[in-house]
Amino acid sequence: MTSYFNEMYQAGGLRAPYRGLEPWAADMPADKRRAKQAEAEALFRRIGITFAVYGEGGDPDRLIPFDMFPRVFTGGEWAKLERGIKQRARALNAFLVDVYARGEIVRAGRIPAELVYKNAAYEKAVVGIIPPKGVYSHIVGVDIVRTGPTDFYVLEDNCRTPSGVSYMLESREMMMRMFPDLFRENRIEPIDSYPDKLRRTLASVAPPKCKGAPTVVILTPGHFNSAYYEHSFLADLMGVELVEGQDLFVDGEFCYMRTTEGPKRVDVIYRRLDDEFLDPLCFNPASMLGVAGLMDVYRSGGVAICSAPGAGVADDKAVYTYVPEMVRFYLGEEPILSNVPTWKCADQDDLNYVSEHLADLVVKEVHGSGGYGMLVGPKSTRAEVEEFRARILANPANYIAQPTLALSTTPTFVDEGIAPRHVDLRPYCLVGEKIELVPGGLTRVALREGSLVVNSSQGGGVKDTWVLVD
Amino acid sequence: MLLSVDHVTHYTYDRPVRGVVQSHRLTPSRFDGQRVVDWGVTVTGGVMGGTFRDGAGDVVQSWTVAGPVTEISVHVKGQVETRDLAGVLKGHRESVPPLAYLRHTAATQPDPAIADLARLYTPNDALGGAHALSAAVSDAIAYAPGATHGATTAAQALALGMGVCQDHAQVLIAAARVAGLPARYVSGYLQANADGAPHEAAHAWAELCVQGFGWIGFDPANRCCPDARYIRLGSGLDATDAAPIRGISRAAGSTGAASENLSVTVAIAAQEQ
Amino acid sequence: MLSRTADNLYWIARNMERAETNARLLEVGARMSLLPTAQGFRSDWDSLLRASGNLVGYREKYGPPEQAHIESYLFFDRDNPNSVASCITNARENGRIIRTALTTQVWDALNTAFQELRAIEGAKTRADLSHLTDWVMRQAAMLRGAIDATLLRNDGYNFLNIGYYLERGDSTARLMDVKYYVLLPRADFIGTGLDNDQWSMLLRAMSSNRAFHWAYGGEITSAKIAHFLILNPQCPRSLITCVAGMNNHAARLAKLYGRETAATHALAALQAELERQTTDQIFEEGLHEFLTRYITQTADLGRVIHESYLSGDIS
Repeated sequence: MTSYFNEMYQAGGLRAPYRGLEPWAADMPADKRRAKQAEAEALFRRIGITFAVYGEGGDPDRLIPFDMFPRVFTGGEWAKLERGIKQRARALNAFLVDVYARGEIVRAGRIPAELVYKNAAYEKAVVGIIPPKGVYSHIVGVDIVRTGPTDFYVLEDNCRTPSGVSYMLESREMMMRMFPDLFRENRIEPIDSYPDKLRRTLASVAPPKCKGAPTVVILTPGHFNSAYYEHSFLADLMGVELVEGQDLFVDGEFCYMRTTEGPKRVDVIYRRLDDEFLDPLCFNPASMLGVAGLMDVYRSGGVAICSAPGAGVADDKAVYTYVPEMVRFYLGEEPILSNVPTWKCADQDDLNYVSEHLADLVVKEVHGSGGYGMLVGPKSTRAEVEEFRARILANPANYIAQPTLALSTTPTFVDEGIAPRHVDLRPYCLVGEKIELVPGGLTRVALREGSLVVNSSQGGGVKDTWVLVD
Repeated sequence: MLLSVDHVTHYTYDRPVRGVVQSHRLTPSRFDGQRVVDWGVTVTGGVMGGTFRDGAGDVVQSWTVAGPVTEISVHVKGQVETRDLAGVLKGHRESVPPLAYLRHTAATQPDPAIADLARLYTPNDALGGAHALSAAVSDAIAYAPGATHGATTAAQALALGMGVCQDHAQVLIAAARVAGLPARYVSGYLQANADGAPHEAAHAWAELCVQGFGWIGFDPANRCCPDARYIRLGSGLDATDAAPIRGISRAAGSTGAASENLSVTVAIAAQEQ
Repeated sequence: MLSRTADNLYWIARNMERAETNARLLEVGARMSLLPTAQGFRSDWDSLLRASGNLVGYREKYGPPEQAHIESYLFFDRDNPNSVASCITNARENGRIIRTALTTQVWDALNTAFQELRAIEGAKTRADLSHLTDWVMRQAAMLRGAIDATLLRNDGYNFLNIGYYLERGDSTARLMDVKYYVLLPRADFIGTGLDNDQWSMLLRAMSSNRAFHWAYGGEITSAKIAHFLILNPQCPRSLITCVAGMNNHAARLAKLYGRETAATHALAALQAELERQTTDQIFEEGLHEFLTRYITQTADLGRVIHESYLSGDIS
């Protein structure tokens, strides 16, 4: 039986950061808890923060479950995380600039050339492009798990368009509305500057041809997209237009949006759309979601695209294993945050190990996301393990494996009262002229007892995440 | 050889379009085998957008035309001095790593027949192997205009055993990639076919990255490597990616696209020197 | 603002107003079918479908007019893009797309209408027609109130109002035209007691019965009615009120944007034309002919507004 690190109680004692929450939790009889829970749900539904799961059909207006029990970090714990995340974000961006230029890290033999250049996310069309301020990935979402008092691991990096930040902000908003006393009694770092910081970050990477204050927009695939709420939420809080591909067009050297007063030039596009759909003249010719000619404007310095096309090659799960190497190579530093030990099934030795220990490992598709196409060995039946083995052997390069991590737990409200549930953490690191992040991030919680999968598409919920002022 | 080019692409639309956006690869590549004497591209009513040299070394130039229009012409005119380098792309400045040309695209997705073809490649004699592949493609696909269309995939063309230069090039690319040889599609012009008859259309061939030589052109449609009769414009992973003109028009009114009619005339002449 | 945002605001208003028009039409039809005619109790549903532009679509689906089918077609039918259900669903979808351009109250009103509609559709027994039409008018009024009370007076507010007035003027013209079709076979009814009953019913359907009596008093005559519903700027649904409303909001846009458009000019011209009209001239032209012309002008206006602001192709 694995033992899990409980972030609130250790060896019978209460851990310091949760001290302020114990009396609050004790004063939460079932009826009050249910009433508060219902209030939260009604508020979420009212503001329309819903989440649709791809391919599952069902209720398009489904709510993401919200757990009222906050997850808490001390200022000291956070300081280390913050340093580690910033370090990682710098290294990832240095890597991106490098592999689209001279590829020094490949020439130095620190990462296999095939892994980078044969990668489907490596974008030949942007070779030689150095985006403004040398930033490819402007919002880096780093998924972190905890296994002990000082043990944190990076599970994966999200360099394209990590989602979920609206849940982080709305969870805090909800807690402040429902439990204002908690915020008086505990000294909690605020996070509400995130939209401002995001806007400043985006404005700071305006393209060379932009003179004066840049016009920033968010490009969404449209209101049928599962993350549409987040797109409109961020546009609203930043005070920028939320546009679809059809709202933009290219004329000469620039990109414009269609307004009631005529064309208005757009300088920075925060796109929530995959590379493939950005421009039918450069990528998928069948795309109806993008803007024809956008890539030519981008490549000739008329507009900035965030994240920059091609950024995805840095967050590939096989490339992930080399991020500590990137930190050493580009920054000359030792990584502050560790990777989870990872076996690459593309390597014969690793594949042998994975095959022998399949029942104890977590296996993921290299390009998968959202918790789909993965095997959690210890939670699977023998038949499921065997079926997955066949899939791995058929295409080993498509899989990596990691040990089943003993994810920490935090107290969570369940039907019976309060019980420990496994959590992870996704902070959002903003990279522009400066590198910054708001304290905390999105805590995702696996609501099913014993479950280690926190993805919202797999029954995960969210919690407010506190960083205490030490 | 001094080649002069006069290439007109004329688009007509069955109803007015509100605007046209195009991305061109219509400028001759810079390498030891060719030198531009003079060159110009014009688009009727067009505004020239950004121009840049991409990582593959191609000059990309974008154009927009504000509507409503019912027709536009893209006119390419110029002179290029060429030299026979036996297909070797010498002195070409590019920064995309050859490994990036190993991935398959929808048009070059291999099937068992393409994999069979790829077995003709001999890794210990890379250059000989590349020639063998190109010759095998020439044998496998008979020149038959009209048998295939722009969207025909390599696998379909090979199964059919017929096609045009686009099909030859894509089948060779698909097979080369299976053999582990980086390969790409090249678009350009050809002055005259092997029998000396003038070639009256745009042309396409393949380039394979051969150990020790770098990129070498192979033209399985003409059973040769590009020489002084060829003008190279640009390259890509397949015909769509390397197209000299990629464009889109937006129909007036909110529904449906205008149907587009295309006519192309190409005249390439060798000048007396 | 984005043309697409303006377009969605404009269509929220048009869709909600159209839902309300359908409800009013149903009410007029139901009441008229209760009146005795020369042939006994004759159904005038045919005329009503024709005036509202729904005749072809209805016939294709159901054949001869029958009240229950007409209720379904005008209220519930999703195949009918103009049914109350379609209009409310579309209005809510317009709102969802531009959620952040709306206040919580406006969104609530749209969303509540939609959620209640779903409940009505799902109910085992169908509510009375009068309940349904009341319900629609209440939803429309709530939305209107939320807009007036909470929405920022920016360009979007002007587009919303232009949509409202355009659709409302069209609705008034069509409702009046129903009367024409009803009377068409028996022109000798004009001026008789029956004629007045029908006019009065029409006024009631437009919630304007009392207002009319306050304004004119005495006998209901077709001249007074025409004046009231076409030329009287005090009547909230009269054509001149609607045109003046559009003109006002278009003028505000012109000031805001510092430029006039084809829409600004077309509206100013239409208002000037209506201001010169007299009821005598209208009857000389023929009421039906006049209304048909107005409906065509409205459709043209819709096109010009689209091209001037909403299409996104503005140079």
